[in-house]
Amino acid sequence: MSSNLRTLCTICGAGKNTDFFKFDWKTQQWNLLVAGGAIIGGWIASNYLTIDPSVLIHEDTIAKLNQLNIKSAGTAYLPEELFGMDHFLEPKIFASLALGGLLVGFGARYAGGCTSGHAISGLSNLQLVSLYAVIGFFVGGLLMNHFLLPFIL
Amino acid sequence: MFKSEAASWFRIYEMFQFKSFHMYGIIGSALAIGVVMIQLIKRYQLKSAYGEPIVIPDKAKSFYRYSIGGTIFGLGWGLSGACPGPIFTLLGAGFLPIMVVLVFAVAGTWVYGLLMDKLPH
Repeated sequence: MSSNLRTLCTICGAGKNTDFFKFDWKTQQWNLLVAGGAIIGGWIASNYLTIDPSVLIHEDTIAKLNQLNIKSAGTAYLPEELFGMDHFLEPKIFASLALGGLLVGFGARYAGGCTSGHAISGLSNLQLVSLYAVIGFFVGGLLMNHFLLPFIL
Repeated sequence: MFKSEAASWFRIYEMFQFKSFHMYGIIGSALAIGVVMIQLIKRYQLKSAYGEPIVIPDKAKSFYRYSIGGTIFGLGWGLSGACPGPIFTLLGAGFLPIMVVLVFAVAGTWVYGLLMDKLPH
């Protein structure tokens, strides 16, 4: 899935100056279709297949998030405090979303794949390097979750 | 992606807190099926719908790019609660602020492209 991020860069013209983006993006049309499908799937699922979108996570996690001032835990699909239309433009929130995106985009292409490419496809194909990537994903995620988010939120 | 709640920031948070089997169940069952299917494809040399042989190339052998890149990705995953797939799903589901994450993810990829020759691989 993360290759689509690279393809999007190429479509925007990044290939003019940077070799990494110099390729015929039309060969990646199949992959863009998958992303398009994910968009359609999300639309169908949320509008037609879901009565109550609240995500019922563990009560300990709800309590922990409440302590971090995320009160929408257990009653919403995404935290209102980060993704709500009246919050996401607040400088600190916007910066958090932007930083999250930057790290995902940079890290996924550096690692040559994201969870679908390594944790699922790579490990299914018994690729040792995908295990390195997945361990990396978890180290990064745990660091963020346990040590950094309490300061950011 | 949406119905399994894999696209939910809350589930990713919960996963890194080890408070539920949920996300591990999703990834684990996908892996179980994936391993079996790939073995079947390889052993019986199954062909695609177009009649072409299915070739799954091995990934380039290395250590640094996977471990460093993976950790950076993980930091972003823990913060935004979304990988590339869920970003598209959430867009379709109408969570427009995810566009911030998407635009910056594309930007992050671009930055990688600019810096890649200077990074350990």
